[in-house]
Amino acid sequence: MTTTTLPLTRQARTPSSDRPSRFLAGIGTAVLILGAVYCLLPVAWLLVASTKDGRELFNSFTFLPGTGLTENLRDLSSYRDGVYWRWVFNTVLYAGGGAFLSALVSAMAGYALAKFSFPGRQVIFNILLAGVLMPAVTLAIPQYLLLARVELTNTYWSVLLPSILSPYGIYLARIYTAAAVPDSVVEAARTDGASEFRIFLRVALPMMLPGVVTIFLFQFVAIWNNFLLPFIMISDDSRFPITVGLYTFLNQGADRPALYTLVITGALLSVLPLIALFLTLQRYWRVDLMAGAVKA
Amino acid sequence: MATTEIQPASAAAPPAQGARRRWPRLAPYLFLAPAIVLFVLFLLLPIIYTVYLSLRRVQVSGLGLGPGARSEVWAGLDNYRDAVTDMELWRGALRVLLYGGILTPVMLGAALLFALLLDAQRVRARRFARISIFLPYAVPAVTATLMWGFLYLPAVSPFHYLLEELGLPQVDLLGRVSVFFSLANIAVWGGTGFNMIVIYTALRAIPAEIYESARIDGCSELRIALRIKIPMVMPALIMTTVFSVIATLQVFSEPTTLRPLTNSISSTWTPLMKIYRDAFARDDIYLAAATSVVIALITLVLSLGFLRLVQRRAFQDEQ
Repeated sequence: MTTTTLPLTRQARTPSSDRPSRFLAGIGTAVLILGAVYCLLPVAWLLVASTKDGRELFNSFTFLPGTGLTENLRDLSSYRDGVYWRWVFNTVLYAGGGAFLSALVSAMAGYALAKFSFPGRQVIFNILLAGVLMPAVTLAIPQYLLLARVELTNTYWSVLLPSILSPYGIYLARIYTAAAVPDSVVEAARTDGASEFRIFLRVALPMMLPGVVTIFLFQFVAIWNNFLLPFIMISDDSRFPITVGLYTFLNQGADRPALYTLVITGALLSVLPLIALFLTLQRYWRVDLMAGAVKA
Repeated sequence: MATTEIQPASAAAPPAQGARRRWPRLAPYLFLAPAIVLFVLFLLLPIIYTVYLSLRRVQVSGLGLGPGARSEVWAGLDNYRDAVTDMELWRGALRVLLYGGILTPVMLGAALLFALLLDAQRVRARRFARISIFLPYAVPAVTATLMWGFLYLPAVSPFHYLLEELGLPQVDLLGRVSVFFSLANIAVWGGTGFNMIVIYTALRAIPAEIYESARIDGCSELRIALRIKIPMVMPALIMTTVFSVIATLQVFSEPTTLRPLTNSISSTWTPLMKIYRDAFARDDIYLAAATSVVIALITLVLSLGFLRLVQRRAFQDEQ
């Protein structure tokens, strides 16, 4: 995935296949598989646990499938008039909508920084990049205090708007555009009399698309992962994303263990589409772009 | 491109040409405008407002009843004094350092080991392992904590089951000390894959010729890994370390989510959890604002070191 763009400089295996190195390779394979199992195990557990009803969860062997999957799904769907599906919708709105806007804003800013020379270019870039210094988590409480002042908390906007700006996205869009969009193409479109906005939309954006998809994916995960922001902004549970909703289930579960099975089923349902998205869009997880600074 | 059809029109109309010459000068600012507006509204203003709040406090006159009995006044640096003299903040910082002290070396050590194995010639199952180990990155911290939290619960946990079957004494995975390791494990699970890919990418960027001469000299793969590969990916390792330390200072989701399952995590277990409690459970947004500024400053000092490290490497080619 991340390696496809690199030329195959790696040599074919050396002829001498001495025994100690084959032994070491065997150990290496074992370690890798161990790591893979460690990473897959909790997801496998989630899969099994979601099939158990409330009693089986605490009384049968951990990895023994239960009989309650359909019941759990029904309970989850009907709980408080299907509030879980509202959370799914909200999550798609926050993470999907926020990541889409973020990718667009980053692409525009990155394009401007990479393809124009204008007074203040470096200063603006440095200031925007300095945003990295303030991680989203540190900013959440200041953002809450400010939005509370203008009475915007507990609205969709209070989660969506702070999630759009991504200094990393801008940084990434800039290096990607510099490499993927030749100056000559932009110049040619300009001579043809196309407006700057049209050049961006019709000429540059298609060439930047793989980079923009990468920004979308990373921002999607970042928003979906940001628990603190919706946790403090939203007090009405009909506007929760899944993560905050499941947290409230878990929190009440101490008194009502029946909620534990809902937490597990809900967690599984929320993770599956993401894993699917992750596997199908694998080639866009360009960590080499994220780590662009490392390679220089 | 479809843009060619516009040409005759713009060539025929001279005013359009004038407009075009003006546009490129304005265009980059227009493209940047949304990012700049968002930067000001959701980054700059919140910070300024928080600094302002950190210098204010509520003054209660009389019994504090009725309108006008509570008013906001300047507090000078009182909130900062209260923030930094509250030992719970530093105990939280200490807990976070301990947690990070477990997490960072284990996670990055594992990430480096896996990356080296992915880059090794005769190791098998590399594609499967790469995808599997990166997969937890797609699972949000809250969900990861939910899963592991259940795996730590004695009634559900396979670990407790195994210990019982083997006739070994039970361990409390959510005890006051073990909870540090249990929490670190969740972050290791979630973060190893991403760091592995970052280091692996750096490894792939090393030209193969470097290994050639080492191999001709009879250097073993293990020696090549230790003497050539690890020193070459040092910048990547430093960057991932700094990132990991910064993330550690901000830890909030994992301990907050695990809290309902154990008594070992207090409401002020990490600095950020304390800020949250001050602001929302105690309604003291002024103290919370001051503490936020303190934490942000500490993070800033750490990140600045990071940025200096990175900027030396990036954008040299674009000058």
